Amino acid sequence: MKITFAHMGNLYITVKALLEDLGAEVVVPPMPSKRTLSIGSRYSPEFACLPLKVNIGNYIEAMELGADTIAMAGGVGPCRFGLYGEVQREILKALGYEFEMIIIEPPQGRLRHVLRQLGRLVGRNSVGKYVSAVRLAWAKMTAVDELEKVVQRVRPFESRRGAATAALASALKLVDEASSIAQVKRALEDGREMLLSVRAPENSVPDPPRIGIVGEVYVVLEPFVNFEVERRLGEMGVLVERSIYIGDWVREHLFKDLLRLRKGRRPYDLAKPYLCHFVGGHGVETVGHTVEYAKRRFDGVIQLAPFTCMPEIVAQDVLPSVSRDLGIPVMTLVFDEHSSDAGVLTRLEAFVDLVERSRRRRAAKGARG
Amino acid sequence: MARKAYLGVDVGSVSTNLVLLNEQGEVLEKLYLRTRGEPIAVIQEGMKMLAPAASGLQIAGVGTTGSGRRLAAVILGADCVKNEITAHAVASARVVPDVRTVIEIGGQDSKIIILRDGAVLDFAMNTVCAAGTGSFLDQQAARLGVPIERFGELALMSTTPVRIAGRCAVFAESDMIHKQQMGHRIEDIVAGLCEALVRNYLNNVGKGKDIQPPVVFQGGVAANAGMRAAFEKALGTPVAVPEHYNVMGAIGAALLAAEEMERRDGPSNFRGFQALDMDYSASSFECKGCPNLCEVVNIKMGHEVIARWGSRCGRWDSF
Repeated sequence: MKITFAHMGNLYITVKALLEDLGAEVVVPPMPSKRTLSIGSRYSPEFACLPLKVNIGNYIEAMELGADTIAMAGGVGPCRFGLYGEVQREILKALGYEFEMIIIEPPQGRLRHVLRQLGRLVGRNSVGKYVSAVRLAWAKMTAVDELEKVVQRVRPFESRRGAATAALASALKLVDEASSIAQVKRALEDGREMLLSVRAPENSVPDPPRIGIVGEVYVVLEPFVNFEVERRLGEMGVLVERSIYIGDWVREHLFKDLLRLRKGRRPYDLAKPYLCHFVGGHGVETVGHTVEYAKRRFDGVIQLAPFTCMPEIVAQDVLPSVSRDLGIPVMTLVFDEHSSDAGVLTRLEAFVDLVERSRRRRAAKGARG
Repeated sequence: MARKAYLGVDVGSVSTNLVLLNEQGEVLEKLYLRTRGEPIAVIQEGMKMLAPAASGLQIAGVGTTGSGRRLAAVILGADCVKNEITAHAVASARVVPDVRTVIEIGGQDSKIIILRDGAVLDFAMNTVCAAGTGSFLDQQAARLGVPIERFGELALMSTTPVRIAGRCAVFAESDMIHKQQMGHRIEDIVAGLCEALVRNYLNNVGKGKDIQPPVVFQGGVAANAGMRAAFEKALGTPVAVPEHYNVMGAIGAALLAAEEMERRDGPSNFRGFQALDMDYSASSFECKGCPNLCEVVNIKMGHEVIARWGSRCGRWDSF
C-alpha cells in the first residue's frame, strides 16, 4: 500500500512524518505546478472551487508515481470541502483509476475515531507507537509553522532578493529529514539561524508597513495558488502575518466540533458586531482576524478566497463595514485556474502604494500634532 | 537651459498612450495609439511622433504604467514604474483636486478608486469578468454595424431603454440579438446595453465601495456619452469626464516620475529619442526546469539582452 494525500502548503512534512513513522509507505505528490492545475481543472466540475481541482491534480500525479491509496480530510458544515473527498473518489473512479480512498472525518470531540480511521491506513500499531509518531509529527508541524513565521519577519530585510525564500527551503528540508524530536529541535534552531543570517542591516527600516493575510485556509496556505502573495509582499518591504498556520488548521480539524462554536474563542468574539453566525469554512475567522489586525494597528488586510467560496463571499460583504469602522484598508483577491500573475501583482502593488501613502499622511499629521 | 518636461507612457492591452507634461503638470502633447499586440513597435512609433514636440525640451523624468509597464520601462529607460491604479488616482487628483470616486474603464479592465483628501482609500479591479469594458463595446458596436464613435450619441437618442442581461458578455450579446428580433429599436438596445454594463460594473467592481461625489469617469470608454449618462442615472449625481480622459494613466505616470525625480538626485534614466531607433526584439522560451514550464521572455536591444522575466521562481531574472 502506497499512501498519498493532497498538498496544502508545507502540510506534507507533517503528514509524511506521521504516516512513515507508523510504518506506511508514502508517496508525496510533486509540488503543485501548472501541470497539476491543468490536469485537475480538466477532470473537475468547473464551478467547484480551486482546492478540489488542485487536489485532483495532486492525486493523479501521485498515482503516476505509484500511489494506490489516498488519504483525505472530510468535514462538516456549510463549506463544500466536507464533500470533496467523496466527489474526488467518484471523479477518479470514473477515470478508471484503481485505488482506495480513506476519508478522515473530523471527530465530534473524540480522538478515538481519528485513530481508528488512521489504523485503516497504516495497519496495526501499539498505542505507544501511535503516541511517539504523533509527537514527532506534531514537533515537525510546530517547527514548520515557526520557520514560516521567521521568514516573514526576515524577508523585507533580506540581503538579496530571494535569499530568505532559499533559506526557508533549506530549513524546511532539515525539518523534513529529521527522524527524532531531538533532531527536529536542532533543525529548527539551525533553520532559524539560516533565516536570520540573510538579514542585511543596511536594509532594515525602523517601522516597515504591516499587512495581515486572512481568508480561506487552502488559498492562504498554498503559495502555488495564491501566486506567492506572502513572498511578493515581503519582497516589497512589507511585514506579513497570516491569520492561519497549518498547526491551527490541524488542531481545529482534529479537536473542534465544527458545528458548535466554542465560546470565548477570540476571532469569534471580535467578529460578533459584524457577523455572529457560523457561515462555514473560515468566514467568521476572516472577519474576526481583520478586526484583530485593525486593533493591532496593522496598515492593511488582504483577504484571499477561491472563486465561488461561499463563506468568504459572506465575509467579503461584511468587510467594508469593518474597514470603515476601524479605518483599516482591506482588499480581496479571488483565485481560480484562470487567475493571472500580472493581475495579482498589479493589485498587490497598488495596495502597498495605498498603504504607504496613507502611512506618510498619518506621519505628516502626527508631526503637525 | 532647456525647459524641463516629463514623459508618461501607459501601455495597455488595447491602447498605448504617451504624454508630455511641463513642469506645471500641464499636457504639452498627447498620443492615443492602438497597441495592436505590438507594444514595442507602438512605443517606438509613438516616440517618433512625439520627438518634434519634444525638441528644445529636456526630458527630466520618464514614468511608465499599464500592463506593459515593465516592457516600456526597459525600452525607454524609465525612472518610475507604477501600477495603473496608483497612476490613475494621481492623475485624477491633479485634475479634479476634490475627487472622491474615480471610475476607470479601459480596453480590458475596469476599476474603481475611492479617494479622500487626494489619497487612495480603497480600490477594486474587475476580477473574473470583463463585460462592460472597451473591447466588449467595440465588438457589439461592430456587430450592430454602428461605428464605436457614434455608439454613445445613439444611446442618448433612446426614449425607452430595454433591459439587457449584463452579467456575461456572451449572454448580453444573445440577449441583444433576442431584443433585436423582438423588434426593439437599435437606440433603445444600445442604451439598454449601456445601462446593463453600468449595473454590472456597480454590482461587481463597485460592490461595497463608498461611492461619493465628485465622481470622475476616465479611460477610453468615457468617450461614450451613453455610458456616462447611464452612470449619472444610476448614481444620481453628475459624472465629470476630464479633458484628457483617455490618457489619464499616462498623465499619472508622468506626474509620478516628476515626484520621483524630486526625491532623487541625478539625471533621468531616459535612453533618449535616438536610442529608440535601435532594434528591439522580444523572444520567449519555455523553461524546462520544473513542471511549471514558465514562459520566459527575453528583451533584446540589438544583440544584447536588456531584460528578462516570466519565471515563477525568478531563476532567469538575473543575467
